[in-house]
Amino acid sequence: MEAVLGRVGMWFGITLLAIIAIALAQDTGFAASMTVVAVVAFGFLIATTARFDPMARVQGLFRMPTDPSRYDDDPVRWGIIATVFWGVVGFSAGLFIALQMAFPALNLDSQFTTFGRLRPLHTSAVIFAFGGNALIATSYYVVQRTCRARLAFPALARFVFWGYQMFIVLAAVGYIYGVTQSKEYAEPEWFVDIWLTIVWVAYFIVFVGTLARRTEPHIYVANWFYLSFIITIAMLHIINNLAMPVSIVGSRSYPMFAGVQDALVQWWYGHNAVAFFLTVPFLAMMYYFVPKQANRPIYSYRLSILHFWSLIFLYIWAGPHHLHYTALPDWAQTLGMVFSVVLWMPSWGGMINGLMTLNGAWDKVRTDPIIRMMVVALAFYGMATFEGPMLSIKAVNSLSHYTEWGIGHVHSGALGWNGMITFAAVYFLVPRLWKRERLYSLRMINWHFWLATLGIVFYASSMWVAGLTQGLMWREYGPDGYLVNSFVESVAAMHPLYVLRAFGGFLYLCGGSLMVFNVWKTIKGELREEAPMTGAPYDPAKDRPIVAVPAE
Amino acid sequence: MSEHSTYETLRHFADSWGLLVMVILFAGLVAWPFRPGAKKRNRDAAEVIFRDEDNGE
Repeated sequence: MEAVLGRVGMWFGITLLAIIAIALAQDTGFAASMTVVAVVAFGFLIATTARFDPMARVQGLFRMPTDPSRYDDDPVRWGIIATVFWGVVGFSAGLFIALQMAFPALNLDSQFTTFGRLRPLHTSAVIFAFGGNALIATSYYVVQRTCRARLAFPALARFVFWGYQMFIVLAAVGYIYGVTQSKEYAEPEWFVDIWLTIVWVAYFIVFVGTLARRTEPHIYVANWFYLSFIITIAMLHIINNLAMPVSIVGSRSYPMFAGVQDALVQWWYGHNAVAFFLTVPFLAMMYYFVPKQANRPIYSYRLSILHFWSLIFLYIWAGPHHLHYTALPDWAQTLGMVFSVVLWMPSWGGMINGLMTLNGAWDKVRTDPIIRMMVVALAFYGMATFEGPMLSIKAVNSLSHYTEWGIGHVHSGALGWNGMITFAAVYFLVPRLWKRERLYSLRMINWHFWLATLGIVFYASSMWVAGLTQGLMWREYGPDGYLVNSFVESVAAMHPLYVLRAFGGFLYLCGGSLMVFNVWKTIKGELREEAPMTGAPYDPAKDRPIVAVPAE
Repeated sequence: MSEHSTYETLRHFADSWGLLVMVILFAGLVAWPFRPGAKKRNRDAAEVIFRDEDNGE
């Protein structure tokens, strides 16, 4: 009873503090964020007090594990549902802002729906909400299976999941109200950053705790990739967000660094978010799910370790390539460029390792749409990690920087590599987590695969053309030394390409919607009656040589 | 120490001893799985994921 009272008191206190913060708020954005906190805390207050036996209720609500001989999979299930949900939200936001680029009237003449506010909503929804949930869910799944141990600290593991959703909602509400510290991919302001730091430290404790409880002597390489992701993101997040709030009840803050130092810290963060959020942990997914789905061990375990250490030692230096031809010292720019180019080799080593795992099982590309998604994901990993080093070369960068080429590049990586490997992992996990015989429909995965692939083709090719057009128009000089094109002419030239890009995004969203339907039906336990994927059955009558018959 | 000399000191450390330590550390870590006798261990490690066919049920 005392514990219950304590909990009620805690939630009441948090609700009260949030309401005070709303009342004293210096700006609407902070008030809106604190309203979210107050609503959530009030919900917990009601949930805790409204029942006769509140503790049992809370345990039921959060499905605390009871049987130590079973893996603790409920947070994984929630994480997969959250991945699918945020995925479609993020793709829809992306499609909407792509249409805004083509048809500016869609900014709707309201401050809340301008491109500038919805763009971070899109990037955070796909990177941190869709990607982040996929990473938390799969890391919980993989670390338990490869350690043969149940998740450590179940209460903390649940806090990580729900706390992370809270971070996403707080960040999203802030963006709509214009709360941003103007650092790309680190837009949330100081109070949201502090919350994420708490959640992230809890995540680290859960993950390392589970590793410490392992019964397998060796820590499988996928866990190395996950652990480096957790540690490095903590380091990057804390250093890039060192800031001084203007008021304890206001959203504004000022960063600790200024000028070019701030720019370098931001892009050290920014590029390593690509490295340690969008590459390294997704490789952890690759090193577990590709061998599992192909039912063959990884092609070379040694190569996977070489891959790991090379990424760790090289990626951290590549950030300055975002600041070519700026106030950053030349030697630092060159350093960033050289490390980026060197990164090409280990990246391709990893891609080859994944693809060669299918040696002797290449027929599965024809019969298994999940394997097909994995192969295309690896192919896009290879393409993006070739294009990246190329774009980081100063001479190429002078043409490509600030153009749509960069947007095309990140989307071939994000849609092709992160998206496809996540879809494959979702399709792998859903029947296993909900104890279904198979997915609702395999043919629907095939449709998802082709819609997504075609969407990426439209996206990447239109953005290549757009980027080259912009780059060449901006640098074109006439015989007298005047610029030939005004800036607005290069904007007008983009219109058809923006429409094509939006069409690609539409196809990708259609594929994502099919995934929602398929996952939904699978969880409900339905099976679609459909023809098998392979249409080449063995026919003994035809398995013999043709004997030449002489003409009559 | 003035601010400029702090920068100089750190810069010299980074491109001399710091660089050397990083290169040796990297080479050692990468060479480790290639040491004689590691072949069997690596092969075993790659099979870890298949020892759990029942998914904990």
